[in-house]
Amino acid sequence: MDARLNFLDQTLPPAVAEAPPPVVRLRGFVRSFGETTVLHGLDLDIQPGEFVALLGRSGSGKTTLLRTLAGLDVAHGQDVRVPNSRAVVFQDARLLPWKKVWRNVSLGLNGADIRDRAQAALREVGLGHRLDAWPLTLSGGEAQRVALARALVREPRLLLLDEPFAALDALTRLRMHDLVLDLWRAHKPAVLMVTHDVDEAIALADRVLVLDAGRIAAQERIAIARGERGDLTQPLRHKLLDILGGSPASSGVIPFPQGAHA
Amino acid sequence: MVARTGPSRSFLSRLGTSHWVSPLALLALWELASRSGLIPARTLAAPSTVAGTLFAMIVSGELPSNLLVSFQRVLLGLSIGISVGVVLALVAGLSRRGEAAVDPVMQIKRTIPTLALTPLFIVWFGIGELPKVALIAFASTFPVYLNLYSGIRSVDPRLIEGARSFGLTQAQLIWHVILPGAMPSLLVGLRYSLSIAILVLVVAEQINASAGLGYLINNARDFLRTDIIVVCLMVYAMLGLGADWLVRWIERRALVWRPSMVDA
Repeated sequence: MDARLNFLDQTLPPAVAEAPPPVVRLRGFVRSFGETTVLHGLDLDIQPGEFVALLGRSGSGKTTLLRTLAGLDVAHGQDVRVPNSRAVVFQDARLLPWKKVWRNVSLGLNGADIRDRAQAALREVGLGHRLDAWPLTLSGGEAQRVALARALVREPRLLLLDEPFAALDALTRLRMHDLVLDLWRAHKPAVLMVTHDVDEAIALADRVLVLDAGRIAAQERIAIARGERGDLTQPLRHKLLDILGGSPASSGVIPFPQGAHA
Repeated sequence: MVARTGPSRSFLSRLGTSHWVSPLALLALWELASRSGLIPARTLAAPSTVAGTLFAMIVSGELPSNLLVSFQRVLLGLSIGISVGVVLALVAGLSRRGEAAVDPVMQIKRTIPTLALTPLFIVWFGIGELPKVALIAFASTFPVYLNLYSGIRSVDPRLIEGARSFGLTQAQLIWHVILPGAMPSLLVGLRYSLSIAILVLVVAEQINASAGLGYLINNARDFLRTDIIVVCLMVYAMLGLGADWLVRWIERRALVWRPSMVDA
């Protein structure tokens, strides 16, 4: 079943009337490695079903934050609340090459129906026919879709995306954006997507956070519907790039600076 | 350069690039030299004599029965050596404390050439089957240990982390990620162990053997039967080839996921 068919007949939830308890809650979170403090007193709430993009340059602490939320970096004695039901998609798909695609998707799951569940998840990402393929025969985009299926088959309440499209070509990346949005609408997990691509953050997220030197430097909620963002988000784009500490032309984040032709 | 395919390719040009030509030419030269008396039979028997002796030894059962004895020695020694190597590598590879306990001892062991232990093993184990099997076991432990241990330690940490993010337990992690990841290294170790085992077999069998290929060679030496010696050398070579083939066969099954295997 295609996720795209699924979401059409779903009504979007109304704007949050009375805030439900957040899925993720960090208060005054600090993380240091030896002398270096990577995250300084971070506060973060993510609402159920919210799509949050986390922007930041290399070394801003965004990966550390994601690893904390993923439970890969244990935070002792700190005020961190994350759901147990969570899944990560890494930049490199991290499929186990010695397990067939469906075994990768069902990794760590138990039960008699795991193959069916894996198959359903793979169909959702358009790879229902590659069930028995070896991961090393997949293209980069396919591998990343398998990684998405592996995350979604767990029906996570929190989906963590660690620069999931950074290694893909431009066209594949745009297709993946659509796929992620479709899957997000169909399954409604809270999403935290780490990226260094301002356009990607603006195209996908409900809310964009900018992390700089271990602190949240800015926070922007985007009210415009996703399909209509185009030109309307130009001011936001420039603002975010400014906060990231570079003019659009020199930031190196955007391959084709808009200012050059506009 | 001549095209590699096509109907116009002549027999002679194909002959020129065949890998069989030079060994066969050498063989013919050898036969010729033996026949003409250039190489006396007591120095090196003629290929035709060797072939005849091989046939006779097979028919009489002399070769099969002695080969079986040698084969059993290798098999037993290898089984022990590989098992010990695998267990030690798992202990050292999967825990820091195990590493501290096992690895220094193994590194010390590595500095001792196995064959130099032969006199000591004879003192300890006598001159029966035991020192032969023990030498093979001792020698074949290390390649398996070293390769599996480093294979376990060099499994891509990103894969481990990825799997851990899906809530795998430590045991599941070892079973699904670490051991399959170390499998290619284990097979490399296995290949080394097999060839070392055959090497050690050759030497170990010289210890007062009353059966086996080494016994045949020793006997033949006493009677200046170079034809029998050459037959035994051929059998040793076949054992080596067989060992190599065995590991390839295992690899084809165990590493079916690898790109070279996938494409094939």
